[in-house]
Amino acid sequence: MRVPPSAIVAEGLRKRYGGTEALAGIDLEVPAGTVHGLLGPNGAGKTTVVRILTTLVRPDGGRAEVAGHDVAREAARVRARIGLVGQNAAVDEVLSGRQNLVMFGRLYGLDARAARLRADGLLDRFRLTGTGGTPAGKYSGGMRRRLDLAASMILAPPVLFLDEPTTGLDPRSRAEVWDEVRALARGGTTVLLTTQYLEEADRLAEGISVIDHGRVIATGTPEALKSRAGGDRVDVVVRDAARLDEAAAIVARAAGVHAAVDRDALSAGAPVTDRVGALTEAVRALDEAGIAVADIGLRRPTLDEVFLRLTGAGPGEPAAAGTAEVPA
Amino acid sequence: MTVSVPEPPGTLPGRLRRAAADGRTLTARALAHWARRPGEVAVGLLFPVVLVLMMGYLFGGQMTVPGGGSYREFIMPGMFAMTMLFGLETTFAAVATDAAKGVTDRFRAMPMASSAIVVGRGAADLIHSAAALTVMTGCGLLIGWRWHDGPGGALAGLGLLLLLRFALLWVGVYLGLVANGPESLVAVQILVWPVGFLSSAMVAPSTMPGWLGTAAEWNPLSATVTACRELFGGAGAGGGSWASGHSVALAVAWPLLITAVFFPLAVRRHRHLSR
Repeated sequence: MRVPPSAIVAEGLRKRYGGTEALAGIDLEVPAGTVHGLLGPNGAGKTTVVRILTTLVRPDGGRAEVAGHDVAREAARVRARIGLVGQNAAVDEVLSGRQNLVMFGRLYGLDARAARLRADGLLDRFRLTGTGGTPAGKYSGGMRRRLDLAASMILAPPVLFLDEPTTGLDPRSRAEVWDEVRALARGGTTVLLTTQYLEEADRLAEGISVIDHGRVIATGTPEALKSRAGGDRVDVVVRDAARLDEAAAIVARAAGVHAAVDRDALSAGAPVTDRVGALTEAVRALDEAGIAVADIGLRRPTLDEVFLRLTGAGPGEPAAAGTAEVPA
Repeated sequence: MTVSVPEPPGTLPGRLRRAAADGRTLTARALAHWARRPGEVAVGLLFPVVLVLMMGYLFGGQMTVPGGGSYREFIMPGMFAMTMLFGLETTFAAVATDAAKGVTDRFRAMPMASSAIVVGRGAADLIHSAAALTVMTGCGLLIGWRWHDGPGGALAGLGLLLLLRFALLWVGVYLGLVANGPESLVAVQILVWPVGFLSSAMVAPSTMPGWLGTAAEWNPLSATVTACRELFGGAGAGGGSWASGHSVALAVAWPLLITAVFFPLAVRRHRHLSR
């Protein structure tokens, strides 16, 4: 079987800023045509990885190839094959959306006519037609982000970098950006996106690398990482403290594993694999037993919990050394 | 969505053509900014005019020009040079804004000529300053300033002013890249005003206390101002010191020296941009 080529390969990337080690040896491999998520808290090194892979920063050590070209030695070739959407929507806020796209098109080497045609095509594709002469600075956050995406898609690059593309967006704009990313991936674009949100990586990425303190502490599919973090939980909060133990027993039976009890919160919870089955079973049994329930629900593990499992520490606390490989 | 990827040009002539085209694109971008903000541009062009009227008519009555002549005619070369100095703020603000908004990073991650970022900025700012000089020349003519030594001297003077502006481009680019954002404009303004006042722009250095006069005399701005007074003829021309005796040579040397220091600094800073 032919192994698909990798769109992004990084080996042992290191970078120091003054006394701080931003990257302590990052390895990364993203198969062509897939969406890969770099997940990690603020300051983990996600942006530095993106800046190295997009030729903005030279690594102190290690090497990286993007779209088959070395980022240090063949920077110009890499730049002709990538799109970058940085943390703040990097568009000219005085010019209109169309003026922005025509300008970027010209700078990508398109002639005036091709740049105008491309701009109109992208405005249409990213639902920005009809914004007329409005300066991009007056766009909503979601519109500006879409313009930013459109500008990075002028050459339909094979590899697209998105650095926290939905930070600061409202839920609707966030969903719109997700739709665009999915559409691009369907079209064959390789996407590397950084995010602080497990949910975002979960929804978009086929592969995830979790970064903390400049190291990859886990890689795998979203499913594999979540099961490593304990998967979903069923949590029950009872009204009557006297019946908490009974409720815990019911939850444990439904989940098939031991339930954790929090006597202060009057809650009992357990990780589940068959999410809906376990919840239904727990609700039915609690009802039959006549236990008054204040709250019951399925809860997905949060990024904090993933980190807790992976590192033995919360985000921001020192991580355990070494890389954990989660089987896909 | 298929667009063929134009490969970065490999040959030197190809690269130069590309650099010229990209430089033009970014010059056009800056000009498009001004087309979209005519009010701001008008204020920028009229501010030096207001300054001329203030100095000329409010303070001017009490001023005596050493060697005789009208104070209003005396300050015009000074105001021309001040206009060039204010241009530093335009360059700084544009460069700092692009860097802070991530636009500079977007350019740097694109397969464009990286020189175009400064070439485009520089060309646009020189056009802006030439427009400002034109407005100021008109203003000067209205309040009685004349060139007395023919149009050749006048054009040479304007050329020296633009040379000063060219040198200040690199100071603006460098400071814009070093600053944390356009908010630092206030700091640049605080730098600009003392440099403007501690020069021969508005007051003859011979009227200042000894050491202050010497400092003002050697201010790069003074070299251009004094050279312009020489070339235009009229009030304030001539002077006893070595610096005023060699003002034209100094008005060429100072901008070249400033460029020699700040151009490499700006290029180096641009290459090492990273957050």
